[in-house]
Amino acid sequence: MEKILEVKDLVTTFRIAKREYPVLRGISFDIHRRETVCMVGESGCGKSVTALSIMDLLPVNAHVASGSIVLDGQELTTLSHRARNALRGEKAGMIFQEPMTALNPLLTIGYQLTEGLRYHKRLDSKTARELAVQYLKKVGVANPVERLKQFPFQLSGGLRQRIMIALVMSLQPSLIIADEPTTALDVTIQKQVLALLNALKKDMDAGILFITHDLGVVAEIADRVVVLYSGMKVEEGPVEAIIGAPRHPYTQGLLHAVPNVDAEDFVIQAIPGTLPHVTEEIRGCRFHPRCPYATERCRQETPVEIEFVPGHRVACWNVKESAR
Amino acid sequence: MSTHRQALLVSAFAKLFKNKLATACAVFLVLEIILLALGPLIAPFSPDETNVAIKFSPGIWAKFSRDASYAAKYVPGHIFGTDHLGRDVFSRLVIGGRVSLMVGFVSTALGLVVGTFLGLLAGYYKRLDNPIMRLMDILFTFPGILLAMLIVALLGVSTFNAMLAISIWSIPNFARMVRGRALQIKEEDYILAVRATGAKDGRILFIHILKNCLPLIIVIATMRMATSIISISTLSYLGMGVPPPAPEWGSMIAQAKEYMWKMPSLIFIPGIAVMLTVISFNILGDKLRDILDPSLKD
Repeated sequence: MEKILEVKDLVTTFRIAKREYPVLRGISFDIHRRETVCMVGESGCGKSVTALSIMDLLPVNAHVASGSIVLDGQELTTLSHRARNALRGEKAGMIFQEPMTALNPLLTIGYQLTEGLRYHKRLDSKTARELAVQYLKKVGVANPVERLKQFPFQLSGGLRQRIMIALVMSLQPSLIIADEPTTALDVTIQKQVLALLNALKKDMDAGILFITHDLGVVAEIADRVVVLYSGMKVEEGPVEAIIGAPRHPYTQGLLHAVPNVDAEDFVIQAIPGTLPHVTEEIRGCRFHPRCPYATERCRQETPVEIEFVPGHRVACWNVKESAR
Repeated sequence: MSTHRQALLVSAFAKLFKNKLATACAVFLVLEIILLALGPLIAPFSPDETNVAIKFSPGIWAKFSRDASYAAKYVPGHIFGTDHLGRDVFSRLVIGGRVSLMVGFVSTALGLVVGTFLGLLAGYYKRLDNPIMRLMDILFTFPGILLAMLIVALLGVSTFNAMLAISIWSIPNFARMVRGRALQIKEEDYILAVRATGAKDGRILFIHILKNCLPLIIVIATMRMATSIISISTLSYLGMGVPPPAPEWGSMIAQAKEYMWKMPSLIFIPGIAVMLTVISFNILGDKLRDILDPSLKD
């Protein structure tokens, strides 16, 4: 399968009180065509920053310090902001977490759906409207022609998220980044939106980077999973391996923390401690203060990533030792 | 225009017209604008036509006076009486009001366009923020009418210069408010979402951000109309606005002040006209603010 996105040793820093702090500490992963890669981790681990780095939408006090991002064969980190703006939407689209606030409240749905088509694809407004109606049908919006005339406040959250998906899809990007697109929706709507994304993936020919902290969602939608911890990739592998046989103690901890209502006496086993602050420097593995298996080596040296089964990579000294 | 857009407008107007005072002001202003627009057709006399024989004739109220000799002074046709040159006050009021309202409207529009443009740029581009806003601060340091007088003194007395002076004075008001709103809106999720679709800055600024500043701009413009009208009258009163003999409410008051005791109606009539117009615009602006932009409430 063709690689659509190749991120290598990505380091993104934030300037806080006149000092640069790395928020991403050298992250690498790939996404292939027609593949959904889920990125999971606690809040603050750098999931959204990864997405914004790829999109070049980082806040003003942040920038990509080193590493490379290759999208569709094109190196992005060396391009100007203007050149990257031209690629946004057309090459990479993004679906946001909050459908309630991601649409301009004072413009009609029709305007917002056709806007990008008019300036990216140079369509006249009539053709753009027809295309918009087609895409609204594709995402399962009833009475699409009527919807075009409405304003966001007249629509429910689930409907708005469908419209956001239609908006992003209509520009036919090679990569779609979905930043927790179902977090703000209630469970039934969440289910529908996931089913929609799964169905669309097949005929879209795009790669999806799906950011979430909900492991239930991961099981449902992912082909592969990337687990981030405090700006580092700790584990990466096919979804069956990550959910079924996680190797990194952090991934194991995450899975233990998923509530299971079927079990008679289930107790959520939270991972002790909290995510280190970005300004905090930790010697060795960044997870070792919270890790039940931490050894002296973990306290001293940053673990190297090993691929112990093809496609399943882990950055943990203990896994490396046991594999030897 | 779609039906939904109409529904939005209708609901805004419905809210406005629920308030009796605001309705009264709106109705008054609409009637006034129609009256002034039709001014030359309605005015029974030429505003500059002098007739010393009937100078200082009282208005229609004299007919209701018990004093027969006073009532006899009323000249039929001159319902608001005549001034010191025998000119018809009603005609001057109707023709003069056109100037006041026109100057108010044009200078507000000019200030709106330039001020909004500068405010949007300052709010959106961080590097333009300081240069533009410090320039606005310089304009703000002059007390309003003094700034207008300074500009007129530099450029010379004419209606156009007075208009220009008032618009320059309006610019920082618009710029400062719009900048504040633009700063706030550019952080909204939907602006990020639009950027994520690859929209260019111009489109983000002049469609997405401007559209969300419009309620604010409408409110400031209504309030500025009041200020502009009172400013042109003030300038004319001081002899720095509309040059005589052209009628204008402020210059009518200025000419009448010598005969203040002899015939106070000459001052009261244009004075009340200015007052009602300005109060109406202010009340309307106030109510519009409550409906369109409650966050602006002090």
